[in-house]
Amino acid sequence: MIPDSPNKPAGWLLWRTRWRWYELAFWAAAASSFFIFPSKLMLISEIFILGLLAVSIDLTLGFAGLVTLGQGAFFGVGAYAAGLMAKYGAGTAPFSDPLLGLLVAGSVAGALGFVTSFLVLRGSDLTRLMVTLGVALIVEEIVTQAKDITGGSDGLQGVMSSPVLGVWSFDLYGRTAFWYALIVTFVCFWFCRRLVNSSFGLSLLAIKGNPLRARTIGMPVNTRLVAIYTIAATISGISGGLLTQTTQFASPDMVAFHRSADALLILVFGGSGFLYGGLIGAVVFRVMQDFIGNITPQYWLFWVGLVLVLLVLFVRGGIIGMLMALRERFSRKGEGS
Amino acid sequence: MSEAPKPVLETCALRKAFGGITATDNVTFSLPPGARHALIGPNGAGKTTFVNLLSGVLPATSGEIYLNGVNVTNWSVRDRARAGLARTFQINQLYADLSPLETILIAINERENAATSWFRPLGSRSDLVDEAAALLAQLNLADAMHARVGSLAYGRQRLLEIAIALASKPQVLLLDEPAAGVPEGERDQVLDVVAALPADVSLILIEHDMDLVFRFAKTISVLVNGALFVEGTRDEIARDPRVRQVYLGEEEIAHG
Repeated sequence: MIPDSPNKPAGWLLWRTRWRWYELAFWAAAASSFFIFPSKLMLISEIFILGLLAVSIDLTLGFAGLVTLGQGAFFGVGAYAAGLMAKYGAGTAPFSDPLLGLLVAGSVAGALGFVTSFLVLRGSDLTRLMVTLGVALIVEEIVTQAKDITGGSDGLQGVMSSPVLGVWSFDLYGRTAFWYALIVTFVCFWFCRRLVNSSFGLSLLAIKGNPLRARTIGMPVNTRLVAIYTIAATISGISGGLLTQTTQFASPDMVAFHRSADALLILVFGGSGFLYGGLIGAVVFRVMQDFIGNITPQYWLFWVGLVLVLLVLFVRGGIIGMLMALRERFSRKGEGS
Repeated sequence: MSEAPKPVLETCALRKAFGGITATDNVTFSLPPGARHALIGPNGAGKTTFVNLLSGVLPATSGEIYLNGVNVTNWSVRDRARAGLARTFQINQLYADLSPLETILIAINERENAATSWFRPLGSRSDLVDEAAALLAQLNLADAMHARVGSLAYGRQRLLEIAIALASKPQVLLLDEPAAGVPEGERDQVLDVVAALPADVSLILIEHDMDLVFRFAKTISVLVNGALFVEGTRDEIARDPRVRQVYLGEEEIAHG
């Protein structure tokens, strides 16, 4: 299976980062859900968006080891930035152009991420948790209080994006929203995948593993952390912008604390440090929510809590960790027989 | 021999106090290029503190440190590493979940400023990967190149500690008890690697193990209670009655 592993280590490293069949299968399944669940397109779009948010947390938590409970701030800022663009552009290009909206959403969130990244460079995990949470609460309060701009607790009304690339307008059934969300999510994911498989990505793992060692190697640890925190914030902002554009609405709910908590939960469900964990976690989380919500709406959180406790206690690396453990067991059996 | 070549590393009245305890006491020291220098002393003499001061892990209370004549006293760990000062740790500071190849690549990438490359996959700089593989081969770690570091035998992990330091092509290398905790059967491997280190690297070896010190060091400093007690060539130190007393004294206490 592994080509030339001892003699050509460079080739082996490259081989390891190639696209696998199950990755292609994952994206093919994502695309084909358009045809399989035509009545659930809005839900599926939301899953992509939540997944992308969780992937952005994976960059900081799973790869750089930065614990954060405030990614919702960047998501919300992106959501409102895209919403305001679409609203004041009044449904016509160029200002209401959705891609321009995402660009602005990402830039604004990235700028906020850059500025606040300096707050998470110091201190322990607990400090970081509290600092990111604090920043998220501040942003949430600013958004709800600035009624003239954001519409306060009523949300941002009249969000109208112009058609994607001037051709595909957002429809009531969420068809355009589906493909738009899927493609943007895929492009961002592809970007993240390149990032974590690069030398830069490896250096993040070095920081996560042992910052002191990384420094004695000569690594500018803080610069790297600022960079990855900013990149993750940008991607969170893009995912927030996507949600506003596809739902034609921005509400304080999008900056609320539970966004950050849900996204972190989704990542832990799926497994952090694999990049796909966020996406798979989002699928499981939303499908569970939808399914259990239909049977016993009042006990939804009970089941989320139970699954969370079981996963964290008994499975290392969430759902992906579970799948990998199963695969290892099977391949070992195969070798034995 | 101390006056002729320009020292690569110097300290001037270096002092470190933790509250009322002086761990490094007024140490003035210089290291010529290509040195094979051992720093010895009884337990608690402040050897590791001294290494932490040199490498920047701890800030000095007073005094100065010069690297190639440049005052680096206030430089960060990272800047000193970039300037050619590498170190190993007495307790392994490794990446248990990465492979030795990846570990060495991290260090080489930093040295070559290749670590900011975010778009090309890790293996695309095959020159750097080949260098990492060659370094691992040199340290007899080639067969474990792709293994999980955490699964390696302790002696091999110690070798990897040294390999990381070498990957940055340092001018000065601080080895903090390279053989500490290595089981008898794996010790020779570590000693051979230490003996075979490139001659142009100036070396400071912190060691408890007198076998290793006398086999390997050409010059020796003895540190007692944080202060330089005596300095000299290997033979001078071996004959010095005061040194013997320091060590025997310690032994008497230990046995009494």
